Amino acid sequence: MAKTDKNNASTGKGLSAKLMGMTDTNLLLTITVIVFFLMYIGAVVFLRAGFLKPQTFFLLLNSNAALIILACGMSLVMITGGIDISVGGVTALVSMCCAVYLDYKDGNVFGAVLIALAIGLAFGAFQGFMVAYLDIQPFIVTLAGMFFAKGMTTVVNSSPFNVANEAFVALKTTRINVPGLGSVNKKGIYVPAYVEIGVLVAILVVIVMFALLRWTKMGRNFYAVGGNKQSALMLGINVKKTKFLSHLICGLLAGIGGFIYFLHVGSGSPSNAAGAEMDAIASSIIGGTMLTGGVGNVVGTFFGVLSLSTIQNIVSSIGFDEAWWTGITKAAMLCLFLVVQSVVMSVRKKRNATN
Amino acid sequence: MANSENAKTSSAGSLKNLVRNQCFIPVAALLLLAVFNLIADPSFFRITLGYNSAGNPVLSGFIIDIINNGSELAILAIGMTLVTAASGGQDISVGAAIAIAGSVILRVLCGGNARPETLQAPIIVAFLVACVVAMLFGAFNGVLVAYFKIQPMIATLILYTAGRSIAAWINNNELPVISDPRFAYFGGFIPGIPIPTPCFIAVACMVVIAIVLKVTNLRLYTQAVGINQSSSKLNGLNPELIKVLAFVILGLCVAVAGLIKVSRVSSINYSVIAKDIEMDAILAVALGGNALSGGKFNMAASIIGAFVIQCLTTTLYKFGVSSTALPAYKAVVVILLVVVSAPTVREYFDKITKKMKLSKEVA
Repeated sequence: MAKTDKNNASTGKGLSAKLMGMTDTNLLLTITVIVFFLMYIGAVVFLRAGFLKPQTFFLLLNSNAALIILACGMSLVMITGGIDISVGGVTALVSMCCAVYLDYKDGNVFGAVLIALAIGLAFGAFQGFMVAYLDIQPFIVTLAGMFFAKGMTTVVNSSPFNVANEAFVALKTTRINVPGLGSVNKKGIYVPAYVEIGVLVAILVVIVMFALLRWTKMGRNFYAVGGNKQSALMLGINVKKTKFLSHLICGLLAGIGGFIYFLHVGSGSPSNAAGAEMDAIASSIIGGTMLTGGVGNVVGTFFGVLSLSTIQNIVSSIGFDEAWWTGITKAAMLCLFLVVQSVVMSVRKKRNATN
Repeated sequence: MANSENAKTSSAGSLKNLVRNQCFIPVAALLLLAVFNLIADPSFFRITLGYNSAGNPVLSGFIIDIINNGSELAILAIGMTLVTAASGGQDISVGAAIAIAGSVILRVLCGGNARPETLQAPIIVAFLVACVVAMLFGAFNGVLVAYFKIQPMIATLILYTAGRSIAAWINNNELPVISDPRFAYFGGFIPGIPIPTPCFIAVACMVVIAIVLKVTNLRLYTQAVGINQSSSKLNGLNPELIKVLAFVILGLCVAVAGLIKVSRVSSINYSVIAKDIEMDAILAVALGGNALSGGKFNMAASIIGAFVIQCLTTTLYKFGVSSTALPAYKAVVVILLVVVSAPTVREYFDKITKKMKLSKEVA
């Protein structure tokens, strides 16, 4: 990954000129997409094992649908120049509340969705208010939000349990076959590739968020506020409202993501979604969202999530399958991309200064 | 500590009022908690002298608990204050780094054997190795922050994610147990002395940092970098180096806290040890009235803040709050605290008080 980056900077004048002419967002997106495809092709060539089967790819999507949704919200907040580390806690709280509602109170799935959205919106609105209107550091506010959500999860119910609600289980086990893709198993039976409902929701979220950021006035406001608060203010953008909205949407997506997570695991547990906020931040960063704000793209975030889970798959399939390697790999990948971002941006700054 | 610090800075004259203000918040919070406990249950303040299973005299009681368990937090608050002041951000990897330091100590003491009959190395050697390792990890964080200009909380997110995994990897995911009673002295009691050892270690750390701040230019340089990095550079300081130094000092604090933590149980649990301590340490700094965006700091206020947090924790435990639900209550305290200290809210209250004064004058 570092290699391609060096190539960008030093060799191939035409190419480098082209890359240098790109906007920051597109440059970082390009790096991410290239890295993801190189990694996946590398895995297919060198490991073969499962990576050739289409279902391996769809399994990645199935198990990361919730993370994609969470990371989209995270990217939005990061583009606006903030951060939200409460998303993992909100996910845990949502899954626990929905589980309790469905199981103990014998509720319907629609009610559970409403609960999920309400919790997400409540967190988003409260944190957004604190960050935007009271001018408190987003990290501190959302750190408190995370601890509050995690603590409340155990207050709601302290032990993990599975949900047996029929309508919910039916929804959970719904498989949507992907036409034209599948594989023949050992017995010679054709098994079609499938995705879960969560994946459809996640893809919908990515499309909506992409459209929002690309083509609406509100979306451009997010970039403007993140890029330079002062000039955004001078342009007549309501900075406070924009910041508030970014947290509100992130909270809403955390609610949706929480429900999709719950739909995937099918149980309520205080240890649900442990470390999900860190995965979401890491995915956003890998996907080319700058921490300093103003730069980012949800398509990149989508590839960021896939890259993060692909590297974990690769690491475990080449034999490092002890639990601790997951944490170390994630951190190493995050570190690498942070450094690449930092270096790319300082090189570009110098180029721009000399030109 | 608090007194000496106060006395020292009050000699600076114009700073007097500010310092008074800063120490006022944590002390007031501490008094508030004390009064609350006094009303709710006076037995909170009872200290009894008993004998532990080895027949040594030990003091026990809630107050002793607070001072004992608050030691690690107070030690961490020292380093966290410096990091906050220099970098304008906080280190969220201290809990994970404590796991690493503790794991290193056990690894050196056990020498690869999970249940050693005797210690494989002197305790001091193990501690020094842990210091070096923790300082290296601190330097890693510091370099990311200072030279790559990554926000401190994000830079330390890397170690936060990987730390506990690295700690497990150091000991090959085994849970070594030290049977030598001498190792337990650091987190328990030295025979014949009824006061818990962590208190002495914490006091020693406070004395060291007080001397360092008094003798060297650390305070001035750290504050200069925190207030305005570019102007400190123009004045001939090396802001990057000072930021890294702050993180290295925090690393040292982490190693000391790690020694106490593993000594308390003579073993380690990678996913539980020092869990959520980063939140408490940041909270201690905030409670001490230090700006979380860097600049000026008051070490004494941070340390008092650490004991306020521990007092709150102990009080909540006493009222039957489970350890898993504890973060929710603390989060409420944090939110109240940051809202009260938020500039916008303060301005708002100032306006109201001014208006009231004006209306009185008019009347």
